[in-house]
Amino acid sequence: MFKFIFDKDTWQEIYSSIQKNKVRTGITIIGVMWGIFLLVVLLGAARGMENNFNKLFGNFATNSVFVWAQQTSKPFKGFQEGKGLTLKVSDLENIRNEIKGLEFVVPRHQTQAMATNNFKSGTFGIFGDYPELDKVQKKDLVYGRFINDNDIKEKKKVCVIEEEIYKQLFDEGEYPIGTYIKINDINYDIVGMYKQGQIGTGGPQGSIHIPFTTFQQVYNRGDSIGWMMITGKPEFDIVQIEADVKLLLRNLHNVHPKDERAFGSFNLGKEFAKFTGFLTGMQFLTWFVGIATLIAGVFAIGNILLITVKERTKEIGIRRALGAKPWEIKRQIILESVFLTSIAGALGIIFGGFVLMIIDATAGSGPEAILNNPTVDIPVIVTATITLVVLGTLIGMIPAQTAVSIRPIEALREE
Amino acid sequence: MIKIENLQKSYPIGKDSLHVLKGLNLHIKEGEFVAIMGSSGSGKSTLLNIVGLLDSHDSGTYHLNGQLIENLDEKKAAVLRNKFLGFIFQSFNLITYKTAVENVALPLYYQGMGRAERQKIALKYLEKVGLKDRANHLPNELSGGEKQRVAVARALATQPKVVLADEPTGALDSTTSNSVMELLKDINREGMTVFVITHEEDIAEQTDRIVRLKDGVIISDEKVNKNVNA
Repeated sequence: MFKFIFDKDTWQEIYSSIQKNKVRTGITIIGVMWGIFLLVVLLGAARGMENNFNKLFGNFATNSVFVWAQQTSKPFKGFQEGKGLTLKVSDLENIRNEIKGLEFVVPRHQTQAMATNNFKSGTFGIFGDYPELDKVQKKDLVYGRFINDNDIKEKKKVCVIEEEIYKQLFDEGEYPIGTYIKINDINYDIVGMYKQGQIGTGGPQGSIHIPFTTFQQVYNRGDSIGWMMITGKPEFDIVQIEADVKLLLRNLHNVHPKDERAFGSFNLGKEFAKFTGFLTGMQFLTWFVGIATLIAGVFAIGNILLITVKERTKEIGIRRALGAKPWEIKRQIILESVFLTSIAGALGIIFGGFVLMIIDATAGSGPEAILNNPTVDIPVIVTATITLVVLGTLIGMIPAQTAVSIRPIEALREE
Repeated sequence: MIKIENLQKSYPIGKDSLHVLKGLNLHIKEGEFVAIMGSSGSGKSTLLNIVGLLDSHDSGTYHLNGQLIENLDEKKAAVLRNKFLGFIFQSFNLITYKTAVENVALPLYYQGMGRAERQKIALKYLEKVGLKDRANHLPNELSGGEKQRVAVARALATQPKVVLADEPTGALDSTTSNSVMELLKDINREGMTVFVITHEEDIAEQTDRIVRLKDGVIISDEKVNKNVNA
């Protein structure tokens, strides 16, 4: 078999056979090429979208839900509907103990306040935070650090600011760490500055983070918390966690168990899943379209070989009269099919890669990029190539069988 | 060399069948030069196809080189054709995109012979038919007589036991016909069994033995008196 593949005669035959049908062979090759080209480009584009998406959400725990307190909508245990509710610090411990599959439960406080530095000032979102926030919403720190446990314990007057705030309150080139800004007439030592993520999490003006305990004290919040962010372990269903947490909260706060409006929530995990579902769907579609086009192309190759075989009926008859075994005729035609599909596949992969390179160069980087690093994995290419060769072999068997099913005597009789 | 006993062959045509060979008995010894004569429809082409292992027979026996031919699959038939038989056709049947020497070398390729050796043997046989200087020409650059001589060289290349020629001069004018027949006579003189099918009397008379077929039966089988014709 190897001798056959590396034999000069074998390739000479293929060459002369292609030579006879140049235009038709060319068009057919374009068919298969187009299929694999589409597959490569579409997969690359889908990957680019996914990369872009990951860049946007990369610093954000996506398996998470936000929960806050509202008002009851059902009378229960002697209370009228419309009772105002507040989340308590004690709820945190209860949630951590009762609910399975949790990663972090991060309480937060939020308000708006005027912050000033010398003669510059602005109104910003002020957040009371725990160090854990850095774990669920990764802060890309430019200078300094985020709030730490010691800050919490000692209720320090420290703050971490967003870069946006620095731009508004400081002169260019000024080093913010160690300086003070004044919020509601209290001076806070700036310990860190971070770069805003792609998705703004504070107010439109930017956010300032102070220790949760400091916030409690300064703004007189007692043991209440504003809202909480809960993240689940990857293997747990965040929708279930959301329902469990809210049911537990209704229990703890003497709210009717079916009172859906008492606690509000936003399930980021659910929204995120919708989008990743869309991405998966797109990838599936890509594969489907690509493979369908490929199969169409391969059929075209089968078709052209069938025509070629018809035209070469007499020649095949001569060869068989001269002692060619059926298998020797067959393998020649199958190899021709594999050769054509492989050439077409290689061209398609090269062109596809080329187009991806162009996309990458023009729209693949920078903050405005729609497609980030559009690439296709090598295993995908290898799989596609193997698929092509297998399909080429299978489709080649059809004309090969036709070629040997004509008896030599009939083939010779044909003029 | 070829021994045929009570050979019968019929082809189905719709519901009926056409009885083409109706019990032939023919015995050709090694080194004979035999012509099968008959008008079209006499069954001579069918006989050649069966002898050439291109077609199967219905009943009777066929021995080729002492070997009983029956239930051949295509692969075995191909091997036997390659080993024992050389074909010469009326329409030459050269492969158009191969040069003369490549055409001659083709049956050797199917024997699995190496490229250099094939080339050498093919050239030797081209020389034998007087076409060594035309070795690298394509068939359409050769005249009819030259094409048929290339075909003869191709039939001889594998050193077969029998050369089967189906109307070898049918497409040639009388001068080139004669030169091809001279060639066949030469190879017969060297000991090759040659089996010619023709409907031309003057061609048949150049052989040693004429078998006449009519409507699927042999009506005469006689030696040619060389002295008279010479």
